[in-house]
Amino acid sequence: MGELFRSEEMTLAQLFLQSEAAYCCVSELGELGMVQFRDLNPDVNVFQRKFVNEVRRCEEMDRKLRFVEKEIKKANIPTIDTGENPEVPFPRDMIDLEATFEKLENELKEINTNQEALKKNFLELTELKHILRRTQQFFDEMEDPNLLEESSALMEGNEGGRGAPLRLGFVAGVISRERIPTFERMLWRVCRGNVFLRKAEIEDPLEDPTTGDQVHKSVFIIFFQGDQLKNRVKKICEGFRASLYPCPETPQERKEMLAGVNSRIDDLQMVLNQTEDHRQRVLQAASKTMRVWFIKVRKMKAIYHTLNLCNIDVTQKCLIAEVWCPVSDLDSIQFALRRGTERSGSTVPSILNRMQTKQTPPTFNKTNKFTSGFQNIVDAYGIGNYREINPAQYTIITFPFLFAVMFGDMGHGLLMTCAALYLVIRESRLLAQKTDNEMFNMVFAGRYIILLMGIFSVYTGIIYNDCFSKSLNMFGSGWSVRPMFGPKGANWSFETLEGNAVLQLDPAIPGVFNGPYPLGIDPIWNIATNKLTFLNSFKMKMSVILGVIHMIFGVSLSLFNHLYFKKPLNIFLGFIPEIVFMSSLFGYLVLLVFYKWTAYDAFTSKDAPSLLIHFINMCLFNYSDPTTKSLYAGQMGIQVLLVLIALACVPCMLVVKTMVLRRQHLWKKHLGTQKFGGVRVGNGPTEDEAGIMDHDQLSQHSEEGDEFDFGDVAVHQAIHTIEYCLGCISNTASYLRLWALSLAHAQLSEVLWSMVMHLGLSSRSGGGFFGLTIIFAAFATLTVAILLIMEGLSAFLHALRLHWVEFQNKFYSGQGFKFVPFSFESILDGRFDE
Amino acid sequence: MPSLLFCGPKMAACGMVISIWGVIMLAMLGIFFSAKSAVLIEDVPFTEEDIRNDQHPPQNIYGLYSQVGINCFIAAAVYVAVGAVSLCQVRLNKRQEYMVT
Repeated sequence: MGELFRSEEMTLAQLFLQSEAAYCCVSELGELGMVQFRDLNPDVNVFQRKFVNEVRRCEEMDRKLRFVEKEIKKANIPTIDTGENPEVPFPRDMIDLEATFEKLENELKEINTNQEALKKNFLELTELKHILRRTQQFFDEMEDPNLLEESSALMEGNEGGRGAPLRLGFVAGVISRERIPTFERMLWRVCRGNVFLRKAEIEDPLEDPTTGDQVHKSVFIIFFQGDQLKNRVKKICEGFRASLYPCPETPQERKEMLAGVNSRIDDLQMVLNQTEDHRQRVLQAASKTMRVWFIKVRKMKAIYHTLNLCNIDVTQKCLIAEVWCPVSDLDSIQFALRRGTERSGSTVPSILNRMQTKQTPPTFNKTNKFTSGFQNIVDAYGIGNYREINPAQYTIITFPFLFAVMFGDMGHGLLMTCAALYLVIRESRLLAQKTDNEMFNMVFAGRYIILLMGIFSVYTGIIYNDCFSKSLNMFGSGWSVRPMFGPKGANWSFETLEGNAVLQLDPAIPGVFNGPYPLGIDPIWNIATNKLTFLNSFKMKMSVILGVIHMIFGVSLSLFNHLYFKKPLNIFLGFIPEIVFMSSLFGYLVLLVFYKWTAYDAFTSKDAPSLLIHFINMCLFNYSDPTTKSLYAGQMGIQVLLVLIALACVPCMLVVKTMVLRRQHLWKKHLGTQKFGGVRVGNGPTEDEAGIMDHDQLSQHSEEGDEFDFGDVAVHQAIHTIEYCLGCISNTASYLRLWALSLAHAQLSEVLWSMVMHLGLSSRSGGGFFGLTIIFAAFATLTVAILLIMEGLSAFLHALRLHWVEFQNKFYSGQGFKFVPFSFESILDGRFDE
Repeated sequence: MPSLLFCGPKMAACGMVISIWGVIMLAMLGIFFSAKSAVLIEDVPFTEEDIRNDQHPPQNIYGLYSQVGINCFIAAAVYVAVGAVSLCQVRLNKRQEYMVT
């Protein structure tokens, strides 16, 4: 088997990096993205590693950058994505970067505090201005002689004989509008109604300097008499967070103050504008290099993080890293190391040393943009074992095909193809847009799958002759009604037509059936009332045939696994009984289907036996029923033989394999191997790998799987056998979902046509186009929503299940772990979690 | 000048897609109805009387077929108009995008 069908060959390698070149080498490896570093100090705390300090500094820089980014976002300045990929800065440049960010952050913070202070000042002045303006009105009212008269007249009763106007004290301030009712009530209760409150709303909302919110406020002024009341009033104001402002008593002073405040507000406004301009300039400058800075810092952090995984040599001269890498990329890794060494200016080259290990390497399947979608489908079930047959290549064809069997409709397939083509053709532009829409990204990642699904659906649609549930008569139907009339035919006449609602054409009469339709199903079935009877029988047989072929293919793939892993026992006692069992029962059934299709024609079809009955009888050894005619001569002998062969396969898998395994184990134990220290010494004939395994880190994980538990193996084998044999039956039945879903899809689209489109078309008047236009829009929307998206998803799920369960459990164990290379690209995309 | 823009970029794109689909599908249906396709007989609004009171047997049915076919063609033409309007909207949307940035 070629290399294409398995995961990449991996190797464990040691990297000896000179400590001064290590940084550059790791950065080159990160750009390459082909090595996975192993943690060589798993028992060392994160805070005790060598480069903790650097990681922390990078973290700090990252934090500063995020702060600046937040400010930029708040100021609505767009950041430019130039797509540029800056090189990693040298460690010595880190100080420069730090200084730059420090300066930037401090500057921004200073600007922010200044701006806040200025804004606060501005707010106070504005409030004062409003107070001065509003209170003027109150004072005017107070001075009004008429009102004064009235009030003094009222007071006369309480305090006798006061000629001079009262000396009333007052406070003025500003309070937020929603507090006013409680404020008023509180004042009234505490001062027992002895204060006089006037208020006026400020129309324009004021800006809160700390939160930046817009707040509505009101001006108030309280008149009272005496110091006691004054104290109380002030305390209440304090409690309600009203800001009080000094307000001069005489109109003259007030006027002067207002003028002063106004001029100060103007000055302040100018200063504020300049601050804002300055801030904008700083942020604008930062936003240009923001992205590059982020990339640089993240790359640096990733490098130090990786260096922390390395082992530090005793002499402190070099770092030792252990990496998994694909054998085919060793050259490019070597080259990257050399480049890294050159860049750092070191003269001693870094060394890459391949190691032997018993550990299972990670699974790495090279993909491109076309195959990655299909690989994801397989990986979602389980990452394949190392060097196991990779089902993704076959999935590329079988997945869209099985989907299309369930989704067969030319029109819907064409729509799906167009949608996928749009995604594929505009691929680069859509990639550059980078939307965050999760649904869209999912569909976009599967664009090639959808494209193939669409194309295959068009194909199966042609075979089913379905286009929006209508047939296309491209080559002329093979059926003709005319020969049924007259004495030569079935003696049909106009009276026959009058008397019967439904009539059946007889293909045995010459001229009625002129041979099959050249491609797919004859369009005449579309208007026949027994269409479903015909299609069900056809689709059911078709799904069994496809299913059995698919499963036999899966079982055959397991042969290549056994061959590759050199397990002859699994071939003779696993694969061969399995495939014999499958083909002697279900392979035979498929042959019977084809035989039945070819052996009976229009004249003999009345005698065609039911395959189902025959198959059941075959398994029950029941040949005594005289009503079931045999399909061919010697049927009984062949069928009995086939069932017996199939039954004989079961003990092969169930018992014989376990016994042979046990014997092999006993034989091995007899030979025996021994372990001395970390080194394994064997006295068997094939043990020549002694002395390789004495690496400290590896010996932790490598365990000797020599334990043989007879009970365990027997139970495992029994479960496997029962699962396989019962699975053959249930999985074949499971493939009938192909028929069921394709039936459901066809029926649903027919219902949609007759319930919606039919309404639009069946108008006898010339004005019917108006309804047709509107109804077509409804039809189109429903087609996309129900038939394309909903039905498409359900067919997708069922195709997925057929692949995961029915196909892959025949050969795929999927218990490996994925190769996660250290790559800047995935780190920057946020795909890599540390 | 009052702006002729009355729908957003997504709405306009949706209109484009539906009108392309509508034009193709309705025109095809029109052709098939004019050709008196047997498969489409269920969608022709005939009654018992149309068959019974027919002087030259299939003429009444054929007349209905052509009537539905013409309806289809007109509906297709309506969708051509809808498509043209959507195209203008797409253009206007694009222009506005340029003007803002």
